[in-house]
Amino acid sequence: MRKSIVLFTAAAILVSSVPRLGGQIQNQPDDGQWPMAAKNFASTRFSTLTEINTGNVKDLKLAWTFSTGLTRGHEAAPLVVNNTMYVVTPWPNLLYALDLTKPGGPVKWTYSPHPSASSQGVACCDVVNRGAAYYNGRIYYNTLDVHAVAVDANTGKEVWKVALGDINLGESITMAPLIVKGKVIVGNSGGEFGVRGWLAALDAGTGKLLWRAYATGPDRDVLIGPNFKPFYEQDRGKDLGMKTWQGEQWKIGGGSGWSWISYDPDLDLIYYGTSNPGPWNPEQRPGDNKWTCTLFARHPDTGEAIWAYQMNPHDDHDYDGINENILLDLTIQGRARKVLAHPDRNGRMYLLDRATGEVLSAEAFANQNTSESVDVKTGKIKYVASKATGFKTVRDICPAAPGGKDWQPSSFSPATGLIYIPHNNLCMEYEGVQANYIAGTPFVGANVRMYAGPGGHRGELSAWDPVAAKAVWTVKEMFPAWSGTVVTAGDVVFYGTMDGWFKALNARTGALLWQFKVGSGIISQPVTYRGPDNKQYVAVLSGVGGWSGAIVAGGLNAKDGTGALGFVNAMADLPNYTTKGGMLYVFSLP
Amino acid sequence: MCFRCLSVLLLFLIPSMAADRRTLRVCADPNNLPFSNQVGEGLENRLAEILAHDLDAQLTYTWWAERKSFLKNSLEAGLCDVVMGVPSSMDSVLPTEPYYRSTYVFLSRTDRALNISSLIDPRLEGMRIGIHVVGDDYAPPAHLLARRGLASHIAGYSLYGASGEVNPPSRLIEAVVRGDVDVAIVWGPFAGYFSKQQSAPLTVTAVSPPMFLAIPFTYAISAAVRKGDDALRTEINQAFVRECKSIAALLLEYGIPQVPEDTPKCDSSQSAAALSR
Repeated sequence: MRKSIVLFTAAAILVSSVPRLGGQIQNQPDDGQWPMAAKNFASTRFSTLTEINTGNVKDLKLAWTFSTGLTRGHEAAPLVVNNTMYVVTPWPNLLYALDLTKPGGPVKWTYSPHPSASSQGVACCDVVNRGAAYYNGRIYYNTLDVHAVAVDANTGKEVWKVALGDINLGESITMAPLIVKGKVIVGNSGGEFGVRGWLAALDAGTGKLLWRAYATGPDRDVLIGPNFKPFYEQDRGKDLGMKTWQGEQWKIGGGSGWSWISYDPDLDLIYYGTSNPGPWNPEQRPGDNKWTCTLFARHPDTGEAIWAYQMNPHDDHDYDGINENILLDLTIQGRARKVLAHPDRNGRMYLLDRATGEVLSAEAFANQNTSESVDVKTGKIKYVASKATGFKTVRDICPAAPGGKDWQPSSFSPATGLIYIPHNNLCMEYEGVQANYIAGTPFVGANVRMYAGPGGHRGELSAWDPVAAKAVWTVKEMFPAWSGTVVTAGDVVFYGTMDGWFKALNARTGALLWQFKVGSGIISQPVTYRGPDNKQYVAVLSGVGGWSGAIVAGGLNAKDGTGALGFVNAMADLPNYTTKGGMLYVFSLP
Repeated sequence: MCFRCLSVLLLFLIPSMAADRRTLRVCADPNNLPFSNQVGEGLENRLAEILAHDLDAQLTYTWWAERKSFLKNSLEAGLCDVVMGVPSSMDSVLPTEPYYRSTYVFLSRTDRALNISSLIDPRLEGMRIGIHVVGDDYAPPAHLLARRGLASHIAGYSLYGASGEVNPPSRLIEAVVRGDVDVAIVWGPFAGYFSKQQSAPLTVTAVSPPMFLAIPFTYAISAAVRKGDDALRTEINQAFVRECKSIAALLLEYGIPQVPEDTPKCDSSQSAAALSR
């Protein structure tokens, strides 16, 4: 009896450890630094550091702080490379280098790209920036006025600065670039302004444009060629980026690549999603409106598309497809698969075979009523007809336009096998006609009002099992969980709330282990790193704002519920809980 | 130090800068004819001058492009006290009484003799129709055209120009002249003003019907002050009544197509008191 128990235990250890060994993409090398916003190419935001763990995180103390001097929404992840921390701010997009070898992290240098002041009026939802990337002695990031810059990581001197668009035409950039094989991969923002979405690659050495792949238009513009092999029938055919639109609407059709990029070095493919189509009235754009709300796999050298999967054809609800793609090697129904996990704005967690684009599962992780199901055989989503929008009033649409979740990135722990999804619990009503006036011209738009979903809370943090395709635990938050998460080998999940609490949860149970009240709400991406003293640190920017926090950062009128594209209605009480102000907080054990 | 001395001296030397002269602070777009530009050539520039003269005020401008957050960043942020043009129904600010009502219009080459005025004219099914786009949103008549299944006939022309581009809205009017589109559906003030400057004669006709579902195709236009600034609004309303004839001449000069039954009349029956509710 005793013997058999021992045997059983040994077998259990063997079984559970098998998936964690070998060259699985989620087991990325970790030197304790944080060189890119999502930590690594697989975008796991997982740190192997264990000094801070479930047993001692309750003793976490503030180590030092740093004020950015700015008051708009701070969404960036600080980078940590070569004992220096790099912080990118919202407009005017300053880059601070902080010296981690000295007490209190004093400023080594500050770089200012001097972006155009008028770009502030172009950004849809606050003037945020989601961070930088380190590569080969340089820091790369983007400015709101559509430039990419390369800065010497040691001296703060500008190496190059390249214009990628024209803010007067409504374009901006808010995303953090990814550096792949010496190429800076960048995508534009501005779907609400009628831009044509693109993703581009620049030579990291010189800033020279190598390729640009549009999301709409003929195949040659989308960089679709002979190697394009979409898994599903509806994504195959010539020039679908034109033919799934009427007339020339694709020219202002949206599909911007304004958020995350992941990279699989073995398949040599980058992955990203495109934003929603325009115009807002779906009656004006009959058709599938490809390639909006689409996941793309492309070769980084040429930009050529290898597969595409349109999640939300003819989107009615502003469900951008731009959320993060976490690359994992998992055993799904007994078969080893290279997958991509994508929690979409439509409230579903897509698990795709990242080599082929086949959908393996697409279950709801957030409350939603706009789609009934996704058929993994056909790849088709079945919409709920009564939630279709247009020139009519539609009530109780869940999730609201910011989606089951927005850009705020999830993390994955190879130790627990779970994805930690910060998300929203919001619904909206969509109605009537709002008179607007731009450049001397009267216009009408949709009047959107958002409000809390079932239960009355507006945010959740869910731990999701991607193999079983279901949530293991969920923690409720009063406000939308608009910060990213980071998870560690110490089994701790860190995230921040819009009312200003920075929290540590047990990664296996969701139990709250520690929390600290920072000065302003958190909508950024926490990171953890090993300092020059070999201690583990956890860092996060506070500074409420963004689309969800515009009521505070932009001083919007709480009585106008349609402000910030309808988000103000759901956030009218936020000013009672937090004030604005950008500040970096760094924590460690005593 | 010397600069400071100089400016103090200048204050004493210029008697017209008397300290008690009031200022009319206006926010306006620096590049948006026929409404305004930085050298004062627009209808709204001229209206601001009439108003400043009537109120015996010094006119000053804050230039800010009329984009999405224009009112929030300018008037509501306190950079000025008045903007000269908003739809009279706008509720984020406090609009004055309207000083004109215009309409979306059909614009075509006169030599085409299209004689088109109805948005449900079946001939539109064989035409390429130019229409302004602001961001990703087409001008209001496009909602009706879309409902009729004519989305593929619409050619969008952006109201936003590239950096340095002069009068971006006039690209659509130029497209009519060149024959790039058969007709354009344009907000009246653009059509009236820019069509006068073209090489070929153009015909301007108000669209019908005047509204579709809840979407109006005619809009009354007012000046506006910040919410709570009722006293200034009353002053402007009274000035508009006093200056009614000059304003009417101004609208004529700029070729603004007006909806006749709704145009303010310059008669004595309209008392200032009635307008200052």
